[in-house]
Amino acid sequence: MSVAVELTRVTHRFPGVEAPALDDVSASVPAGVITGLVGPDGAGKTTLMRLMAGLLKASAGTIRSLGLDPIGEGAQLRARLGYMPQKFGLYEDLTVGENLELYADLRDITGEARSASFARLLAFTKLRPFTSRPAGKLSGGMKQKLGLACVLLGNPELLLLDEPSVGVDPISRRELWRMVNELAAGGMPVVWSTSYLDEAERCPHILLMSGGKLLYAGAPQELTGRMSGRSVQIGSISGNRRTLLQRALNAAEVMDGVIQGSRIRLVLRDAAWAPDLAALDAGPEAWLRPAEPRLEDAFIDILGGGPGGESELARLMTPVVLPEARRAAVIEAVNLTKRFGDFVAAAGVGFRVPQGEIFGLLGPNGAGKSTTFRMVCGLLPPSGGHASVLGIDLRTHAAAARQRLGYMAQKFSLYGNLTVEQNLRFFAGAYGLSGARQAAKIAEMLETFALTPHRAAPADELALGFKQRLALACALMHDPAVLFLDEPTSGVDPVTRREFWTHINGLVQKGVTVMVTTHFMDEAEYCDRIGLVNRGRLIATGTPDELKQAAGRDGHEAATMEEAFIALIERSGGEDEGRAVA
Amino acid sequence: MLARLLTLIRKELLLALRDPQSRRLLILPVLLQLLLFPFAATLEVRNATLAILDNDRGAEAQELVKRLAAARAFPTVHLVTDQAALTRTIDEQQSLVGVEFPADFSRRLAQGESAPLLAIVDGRRSNSAQIALGYVQSIVQDYADERTRAAGGEVPSRIVLRNRYNPNLEYRWFLLPSLVAIITTIGSLVVTALSIAREREQGTFEQLLVSPLTPALIMLGKTVPALLIAFGQALVIALAAIFVYRVPFTGSLPALGVCMILYALSLAGFGLFISSICSTQQQAFLGVFTFMVPAIMLSGFVAPVENMPAFFRGIAWVDPLSHFIVILKGVFLKSYGLALAWPNMWPLLLTTGLTVSLAYWMFRRQLA
Amino acid sequence: MSGPAPVSWRRLRALCLKESLQIVRDPSSILIAFVLPILLLIIFGYGINLDASRIRVGVLSDDRGPEATRFVAALGASPVLETHLARARGELDHALAAGDIRGYVVLQSDFGARLARPDATAPVQVITDGSEPNTASFVAAYIQGVWSTWLAERAADRGRGFAPPVDVIARSWFNPAALSRNFIVPGSIALIMTIIGALLTSLVIAREWERGTMEALLSTAVTRTELLLSKVLPYYALGMVSMLLCLTVAVWVFGVPFRGSLALLLIYTTLFLGSALGLGLLLSTVLRNQFNAAQAALNAAFLPATMLSGFVFEIASMPAPVRAVTYLIPARYFISSLQTLFQAGFVGRILLDDFLFLTASAAFFLGLSALRTRRRLD
Repeated sequence: MSVAVELTRVTHRFPGVEAPALDDVSASVPAGVITGLVGPDGAGKTTLMRLMAGLLKASAGTIRSLGLDPIGEGAQLRARLGYMPQKFGLYEDLTVGENLELYADLRDITGEARSASFARLLAFTKLRPFTSRPAGKLSGGMKQKLGLACVLLGNPELLLLDEPSVGVDPISRRELWRMVNELAAGGMPVVWSTSYLDEAERCPHILLMSGGKLLYAGAPQELTGRMSGRSVQIGSISGNRRTLLQRALNAAEVMDGVIQGSRIRLVLRDAAWAPDLAALDAGPEAWLRPAEPRLEDAFIDILGGGPGGESELARLMTPVVLPEARRAAVIEAVNLTKRFGDFVAAAGVGFRVPQGEIFGLLGPNGAGKSTTFRMVCGLLPPSGGHASVLGIDLRTHAAAARQRLGYMAQKFSLYGNLTVEQNLRFFAGAYGLSGARQAAKIAEMLETFALTPHRAAPADELALGFKQRLALACALMHDPAVLFLDEPTSGVDPVTRREFWTHINGLVQKGVTVMVTTHFMDEAEYCDRIGLVNRGRLIATGTPDELKQAAGRDGHEAATMEEAFIALIERSGGEDEGRAVA
Repeated sequence: MLARLLTLIRKELLLALRDPQSRRLLILPVLLQLLLFPFAATLEVRNATLAILDNDRGAEAQELVKRLAAARAFPTVHLVTDQAALTRTIDEQQSLVGVEFPADFSRRLAQGESAPLLAIVDGRRSNSAQIALGYVQSIVQDYADERTRAAGGEVPSRIVLRNRYNPNLEYRWFLLPSLVAIITTIGSLVVTALSIAREREQGTFEQLLVSPLTPALIMLGKTVPALLIAFGQALVIALAAIFVYRVPFTGSLPALGVCMILYALSLAGFGLFISSICSTQQQAFLGVFTFMVPAIMLSGFVAPVENMPAFFRGIAWVDPLSHFIVILKGVFLKSYGLALAWPNMWPLLLTTGLTVSLAYWMFRRQLA
Repeated sequence: MSGPAPVSWRRLRALCLKESLQIVRDPSSILIAFVLPILLLIIFGYGINLDASRIRVGVLSDDRGPEATRFVAALGASPVLETHLARARGELDHALAAGDIRGYVVLQSDFGARLARPDATAPVQVITDGSEPNTASFVAAYIQGVWSTWLAERAADRGRGFAPPVDVIARSWFNPAALSRNFIVPGSIALIMTIIGALLTSLVIAREWERGTMEALLSTAVTRTELLLSKVLPYYALGMVSMLLCLTVAVWVFGVPFRGSLALLLIYTTLFLGSALGLGLLLSTVLRNQFNAAQAALNAAFLPATMLSGFVFEIASMPAPVRAVTYLIPARYFISSLQTLFQAGFVGRILLDDFLFLTASAAFFLGLSALRTRRRLD
């Protein structure tokens, strides 16, 4: 296997930042396969990519991309390199065709070769029907394909893709994967950076990074192989699976655990050391069987294990008491419709979420999931139908309902210039907490989320994981009865994500009702019920298991939530890629 | 309710003063304009240059040349010797005004005839040139009067000129009160329009919308800090005007306070309205810019409102700045109290009411 | 990097095309490039009038005699003064305080009597509103003018020994009617070019950084020269189009004379746009943030171009240190050359000075922004 990129003891520091962004990294990228560059936000993936592309000069160490020095021989390297930055590097006010023309000119592709590559790439990416659409009006998946097409125009000898699948739904992700796989099979070395471990698991070769350090380089199977026998699944649970997970995580022999629909999945500290189902009180029917180990299990193992099962936050919270009549439909959507001009973003969406349930809203990009979510929490007035929270229509008696509603936005909407404490104080005040109660609540939040050491730091300067904790703390200041989460864990590392869900599980047990949107299929498994939206309509509702069953063929249920998602969307007519992003 | 409002205000002030970017936007114009404007923004004519072509060289002409050369208004006087040099010095903008004595100037004067004196002004800078010409005329007039008196004749009438409110016509006395208005304009608009746009971009605006805070309270939460910041800026400039630049303050302080509140409110109305139609900071910035430039230009600060055609006078009437500048000059120089300020206060009230309700309507519309 | 790479015309053309498409499709650039210029030109052309064309003054005459009546009539006959007769002084004081009149004239009851007596002079009291110094000087000057004419006519009527006055005959060169519009409109064109050149371009490189497209561009074979040229050329073209638009409006709508050569106008505009574009790009490159860059452009280009360029405010009247600063403002030279080209036509010495300074500043700003443009992200 020849080597496409060779990194030798590469260190990179940004001015004014104490910790190095990359710390003594030595690795190589083999030709002819996809190399997954994997790690949570802040691991140093983008910096490494930019160093390989010659966009940054390393503070120390040597890099050889295609045998060239990316800085000294930059001009030669760029002629042979395809680099797709985050956000795909597209001009949003130019059409698909104009973007292609621009990059063709920039890469000096003319004449025959030009028309041939356009034909090939438009067919490859299936973008031909959309050549005259502005890139800004494409769905995330199409943008990503166009970005890839622009990069591929010059027939590069090395392909660097920086987080190509962020914000993209599973169907588009699978599509992209297919395309890139094809390229790699043709001999092109590809580096694919991602924070999704399941994605990285499919790469023949991975570079696993965290905090600027290279933790592992090699085949993912070798890592997962180390975990063999340590991953187990518990099914046919009687009683509450969330409390069971909590108990299991508190057991000494369990290192990590997640909910998978009606089952729970555990990673053991030692393959030989299985937990006692009876002691866990899993119920008489419960079974335990080995599960296929995953890269994520190995990653958490390297990081030293997941968080415990106890949520301090939930323990302190007073249980939510609702009148009997309310409990069956804490969140209710009836025939919700939204039109933007001629475009129907959502049509006749209806569902009910009873108290203490986690309801997930899933769907491809541009399918109407966000629109529905925003209508339900009162951010967007519906064109037809109505939504209510706790029986109150958010359009008429908004203030009363909002007092009991917590909301956490996708980008962790915090006041970046304000300190952690000032953010907490503001949200406490906005929800009417004052004086001693406010002070007590802020102290409690700082304590629970381990934010005390950062209390005086501006929110912008926090690491992503802490930002997410702070956002959650801000959303929970007023002990809300209903919690709206919009892609709550995108980009954060798996341990922080575990911790987040531990809190949510704890809150649910106290009677909080949760509505969540996500692109992350592992996260969907935590939901009690899922509503699947496609082409503006709710095409399926049910528990994760029910959806997997419904998606399966010949009596076999779909193995993963992702498969179920793809199957159900395709069955409902497939993703309508022509839908504009509203 | 009050506690929530205080929370909003506190947050807004923290944001405005903690963030270096917005702090710069609030402080830089104050400093820059306070240091630069009083010196740079002047329609006075000082250090003007005068060219004199004396074709006569008689005693009378010599005397007048001497007087012109000694005038304080013209520190530099070019004595040229021929027509071509006079033309060149005007053409090349070496001199603002040229005075040409005809060859028979002294003779005609001595004979008791009227003697013409030719003055050439540079029309490219007609405003300054006209003013400089005025200086020449008054020097010539004084000379003529003196001759009359010397000849035993009596000038039967004289003009007794008094410039009320500003005896020496100090341009700074006019400028600094106007500056109070201009700078607070920037402050108010930044806090309202730009900060809402930023909240929209950063997603915190949605966070506010899903909270129990009502649109009215959110708007109020933007308005009061704008008011406070505008007040702070106004105070700095007013104090500098009074104590550093020695502009008299003759009017009523409470009247100024009331008008200040009214003005800041009407600006907040415009700011909120701009922000309600903008989704990014970029757009808000452009919106503020497109509002502010005409607002300042047509406020009577650069050129008097009464010189404008009717259409622009109409726009100036809607422009809160034009009313506030009148009030400020009144309070500083003309001993204004509320009664005198009232004719300029009610238009402010009207625009405030209009823009605030328009903005409120836009906000509500986006929500429900 | 291995030396200055050659410019590829294909790449340059593609980049320019892209930039142009972005200009055309972005409503905010259209707003800045076409709507704002017209708006400003109209405001400056119609709204900013420094010539006191109509001044309201009050008149109080306590003398009903023929002399006073004649003087009051002379005041009323002035095309510039709009006289309002009052009965009591209090009325006038109030009107002056309220800003309803900009000055007033008082003739005392013994005006006629004192005129008649050889040993007394009859005072004409003129009170102006000093809170508007510019207008106040106009008021004083116009009343004085009416007064001397009245005095001369009166003397002529009587054919009596009144010393011959020196008669100042004023001629305004280049601008015979002394219209302030004739110098404000050309000056405002410089302001507009500043907005297009500096404000608009301050956004464009920063925008590429913010939207992540710069990274994609840098990973291709694009050279630094191509990158810079592709930013300069389309905005230069935009500035030129806007200039021609302004010229058309100035000449045909506002009737401002244009006496110079069009070729020279284009050359000077090119030079000025060079420095404005250079400044805009420099700010954009260094700050990499649209918001900060626009703000900086406002403070570094727009404000000096308004305040320190001699556009409205006379540079000679500024104190020496401020005057020294104005020498560094490119707009100063551009305004001077515009005023010359529009009103005077050709004045070699002024235009030569302006040419040298504008060339130097264009070279300075473009050079500096080229120097600060990196082909790397750090």
